[in-house]
Amino acid sequence: MITTAPTPRPDLGRPMIRVEGLAKTFVLHTQGGAEIPVLRDTALTVHAGECVALHGPSGAGKSTLLRALYANYRPDAGHVWVRHGEGWVDMVTAPPRHVLAVRRRTMGHVSQFLRVIPRVPALDVVAEPLIAMGEGQATARDRAAGLLTRLNIPERLWPLAPATFSGGEQQRVNVARGFAAPRPILLLDEPTASLDRANRDGVVALIAEVKTAGTAVVGIFHDGDVRDAVSDRLFDLHPLGKAA
Amino acid sequence: MTALCAARLDAGAAGDDIPLLRADGVTKWYGARLGCAGVTFDLYPGEVLGVVGESGSGKSTLLGVLSGRMPPDAGGVHYRMGGGADLTDIHALPEGRRRLLMRTDWGVVHQNPRDGLRMGVSAGANIGERPMAVGARHYGTLRGQAGDWLSRVEIDADRIDDRPSGFSGGMQQRLQIARVLVNGPRLVFMDEPTGGLDVSVQARLLDLLRDLVARLGLAAVIVTHDLAVARLLAHRLMVMKDGRAVEQGLTDQVLDDPRHPYTQLLVSSVLQA
Amino acid sequence: MIPTDDTADTGAAPESGYTFGYLDEQTKRMIRRAILKAVAVPGYQVPFAGREMPLPYGWGTGGIQVTASIIGPDDVLKVIDQGADDTTNAVSIRRFFRRVTGVATTERTAEATLIQTRHRVPETPLGPGQILVYQVPIPEPLRMMEPRETETRRMHALADYGVMHVTLYEDIAQHGRIATAYNYPVTANGRYVMSPSPIPKFDNPKMHDAPFLQLFGAGREKRIYAVPPHTSVVSLDFEDHPFQVQSWERICDLCGADDSYLDEVIADDEGSRLFVCSDSDHCAGRRAAGYRGPRADSQAGVALTDAMAAVKREHERDRPAPPSSEEMGP
Repeated sequence: MITTAPTPRPDLGRPMIRVEGLAKTFVLHTQGGAEIPVLRDTALTVHAGECVALHGPSGAGKSTLLRALYANYRPDAGHVWVRHGEGWVDMVTAPPRHVLAVRRRTMGHVSQFLRVIPRVPALDVVAEPLIAMGEGQATARDRAAGLLTRLNIPERLWPLAPATFSGGEQQRVNVARGFAAPRPILLLDEPTASLDRANRDGVVALIAEVKTAGTAVVGIFHDGDVRDAVSDRLFDLHPLGKAA
Repeated sequence: MTALCAARLDAGAAGDDIPLLRADGVTKWYGARLGCAGVTFDLYPGEVLGVVGESGSGKSTLLGVLSGRMPPDAGGVHYRMGGGADLTDIHALPEGRRRLLMRTDWGVVHQNPRDGLRMGVSAGANIGERPMAVGARHYGTLRGQAGDWLSRVEIDADRIDDRPSGFSGGMQQRLQIARVLVNGPRLVFMDEPTGGLDVSVQARLLDLLRDLVARLGLAAVIVTHDLAVARLLAHRLMVMKDGRAVEQGLTDQVLDDPRHPYTQLLVSSVLQA
Repeated sequence: MIPTDDTADTGAAPESGYTFGYLDEQTKRMIRRAILKAVAVPGYQVPFAGREMPLPYGWGTGGIQVTASIIGPDDVLKVIDQGADDTTNAVSIRRFFRRVTGVATTERTAEATLIQTRHRVPETPLGPGQILVYQVPIPEPLRMMEPRETETRRMHALADYGVMHVTLYEDIAQHGRIATAYNYPVTANGRYVMSPSPIPKFDNPKMHDAPFLQLFGAGREKRIYAVPPHTSVVSLDFEDHPFQVQSWERICDLCGADDSYLDEVIADDEGSRLFVCSDSDHCAGRRAAGYRGPRADSQAGVALTDAMAAVKREHERDRPAPPSSEEMGP
């Protein structure tokens, strides 16, 4: 059994993410310039060691907010302050290389689907974030192997590129990759969506471990049981009307 | 979301806030026809910038000006030479120094390997040319280096004395990459590096490029019309249309949250990027 | 020796109807200017307005124009082709200059003031008073690798010479050693890479720090270049494959020389093969001094010596009435 201990361990309860006045409206130019407002004046603070579940009906902007935290979506207004090392970085205005540095060192992300890269074996897909942080090849692979074992990916699959894996297997590789490098912030977008009960429990255990170690977690969990098991509080979102 | 192509941007400390390359309002006309206009960006050590857009959008013109092969009509291209902090206008350099730069600090990978290789000499000689051009004079060392690079681009070492004319398209492209990278450049320009290759061959080349770029901490400007290639290789994207940069940002931002009408059209037009 | 205008006062004179040296004075002046520039920038190829000559390209028209522009009435001319004075090409050119200048000619290297050569540097060391004019078919050493003239010029301008070592690398890769045996590229005065013309690389060391002036003329490509006396001429090579001249297990079958460039020749109708000095004057001189090679007295050796003597007699019959300086001759 391996443990997931971020180093250095941040003080529990210290704010790690501060969202202020966030707004996002999608303008669909290919559909006659239709405007879809999704976030308006959103504010949220997330602390070290807690797990916040984004909650609300479909279309309320859970996924948009999560992606805005990762700077995958670009808000129209507001800030996403992230504690990076000893300072704060605003993911909305930071230059690309600073955003990438935050993603590499501070903020992990497990997407809904694994983006498969041709020819890269599952083991290396999982080890890569660690190597990108400067970890040695052997150590990174050891840790990747431990995570894959824990998530029940048979060893015979490790040297294969995950393109041919089943949806559940791909998702578990994706989770392993997200947990490989210890980072003080972790974003989870339905990490258990296509998993059976046993594997779901495995992921829940992983989340509990990183929380204990002080990681600030923000997630979207459709499965009520999982949500109850991991989250400390809910952050409610509501769909915005057409006209702002 | 591509964090996969993460190079170690924050590894080097000194001069990290000084760009390696700065394009400042780069403009190029062909007579009355516009090549590209007002293109501005900074490229930092280890960053890979993808330039996407359809044919005729000015991508290749921009690459020609950036890589010093074509003078701009307005604006400038500045490069951080050696270890210094000063940016040098590369188009103001004497041609001799610019050529030296091209074969030491810089590299250009052409879409057609025939434009970047000497087809009449062996693979080993192709790889050895740049080291020899800057003074390498030990045959044994050159040969060892060529063999090493062949294996790094996954070409059998026993092909070292074969001419590239007998190689497949994918092998020729990999040889071109070895030839360009052998002198350890800091900045590489690539023009549709996977264009004209079969899909399976493309995948191998992409993987190789991705690995080499990250491992060597290269900065690169990659011109491509293929958004999937851009997604895999580039940290940042610049979308060009009619000679102008209409949108810039992190690769996953531009592809997942496109804002400009043209970018939205481009992203929605591909099957799956 | 550049002639003064009062050539009529000296011994040598062309046959009537010819300008001294065949070329008109304006042309000679133009070529001399090109030569001066070439001497000033060793190894740099100077373009010149080459003239039509009464023999085809490939027969030494470049060398002939250089010779015609610098020859003076007091000069003693030697012409060799592959080291020999008695081959058709050498004979034709020598006859041409006798007709258009009337100057003395010789086959003795030591006696000549001006030597026009194709494919060899004489074995007898040349001295400060002598000029060697090379006939050059392809003056551009980069041509094999780079077909564009605009690009080769730029490469010379920027001393961008990496491709020269590519050809040498290729040689070693294919043959295990630098197999280039003639027209072996050199760097003149530490700057310009230069073609030494198709001389065997055996002759390259003779070009280095030489006490005599070396001029190169390419007629078809209309280029002149030069190596002034005491200029460094370094053959390109690798640290672990240094430049080496050819060496033979054998010595000259006729004169026994062990330090000269040898040709393999068929000596008689039986097909007997001999290895003999390519420099016929050098070989003859040694034999006259009493040296004997291992097969000098063999049937084939005697046959070859006789044949060479017969050719020589034929040429001597061909000579015009000897001018005064001919007394110095053999």
